[in-house]
Amino acid sequence: MTEPKKLKVATCSLAGCFGCHMSLLDIDEKLFELVKVVEFDRSPITDIKHCGPCDIGIVEGGVCNAENVHVLKEFRKNCRVLVATGACAITGGIPAWRNNVDLWDCFQEVYHYGIGLENGQIPNDPELPLPFDKVHPIGEVVRVDHFLPGCPPPADAIWKFLTDLAAGREPKLEYEMLHYD
Amino acid sequence: MAKTFILDGKTIPFEEGETIMEAAAAAGVYIPHLCHHPEFKPHGSCKLCTVSIGGRLGAACTNKAAEGMKVESETEALNGDRRALVQMLFVEGNHVCPSCEKSGNCQLQAAAYHLGMLTPHFTHFYPARDVDASHPDVLLERNRCILCELCVRASRDVDGKHVFGIGGRGIRARLIVNAASGRLADTSLSVTDRAAEVCPTGAIVRKRHGFTIPIGKRLYDHHDIAEAPVAGMERPGRD
Ligand code: SF4
Ligand code: SF4
Ligand code: FES
Repeated sequence: MTEPKKLKVATCSLAGCFGCHMSLLDIDEKLFELVKVVEFDRSPITDIKHCGPCDIGIVEGGVCNAENVHVLKEFRKNCRVLVATGACAITGGIPAWRNNVDLWDCFQEVYHYGIGLENGQIPNDPELPLPFDKVHPIGEVVRVDHFLPGCPPPADAIWKFLTDLAAGREPKLEYEMLHYD
Repeated sequence: MAKTFILDGKTIPFEEGETIMEAAAAAGVYIPHLCHHPEFKPHGSCKLCTVSIGGRLGAACTNKAAEGMKVESETEALNGDRRALVQMLFVEGNHVCPSCEKSGNCQLQAAAYHLGMLTPHFTHFYPARDVDASHPDVLLERNRCILCELCVRASRDVDGKHVFGIGGRGIRARLIVNAASGRLADTSLSVTDRAAEVCPTGAIVRKRHGFTIPIGKRLYDHHDIAEAPVAGMERPGRD
């Protein structure tokens, strides 16, 4: 009997805190079961920098700068199924709190006036991606196939979601696994 | 013999003058709602409770029950409309549930859970709304206000104070307070007022009590709002 083909999964964190990735790792020993059926392409877990053709793309975080848009578009182009994972990818989340604050005021507060700061400088390296004046949910930039809410989504919800998708089922979360917080 | 009407195929008894919502609640049947509260006059504004009454759409909280009427509530189409209404409420305000004291006990969130909302879907407005932290005991967080006017009704009808009102129109509609300064601290609101604890969302919250019950251990973390309609309150039943 031949081994069934493994699903290719890519993950990335845009304007997020890596909490969703932590929650993914939090499936603990089920990770061993997971790697039997999936293979990770581009992901902070593999440190692969660009994603090739994939079955599932897991996107954490919203879009807050130009680089986020490039990464997100690369994911959309390469992933058959794109999953907006976590509050930030779905609504903008906590980073979107700055949407009603002028970007310059934001920088001043963080780099000049923040408690304990002396002679702060606003970073201005050409390598740094250009920030947007507002943070956007990824669904405002690309088409999204599935939404997995939570801040972060519980490990069990991620597990259920991925195993449903791997089995070709429409992912379904039980009441207690559906959370916005 | 008691008068009855039919709700989703079930016979519901009612007393003359009762609304569809009141009769359904007394019979233990949940109809999704946000601006309705059993202790206050109906407001009929959120439209979440919209049902089909003999084929015509109407609010269950404002339409009176009538002998033999046929009402449908749990249909795919009506729940789809309800989901869209809740989604619009989410994008019209700034609902950052992960940083909200009310999360887990919030009726807007609970209604969204009940309706299986996975995403607010519509483009977010991210409106600019003011927070009023001037009052020593009560926080007014307008980003989370859904303009249901429960606080307006509670302050006017129970507390007799007229502390709250709605000003402005459309996306600029917002909760205003009865003080020349526009600050909550300069109104007669007291933390013991009914208006200070009736808010279904996290727009009016008691200060220093936000996390007495940890996130994850709150009412709607474990119970569908259909089983437990109001945090801290059993479903009002008929004796
Ligand atoms: S008021 Fe309710 S829906 Fe809004 S942020 Fe708070 S918990 Fe979420
Ligand atoms: S503050 Fe709360 S009770 Fe008052 S209108 Fe807004 S959501 Fe309703
Ligand atoms: S509950 Fe009936 S319109 Fe709001």
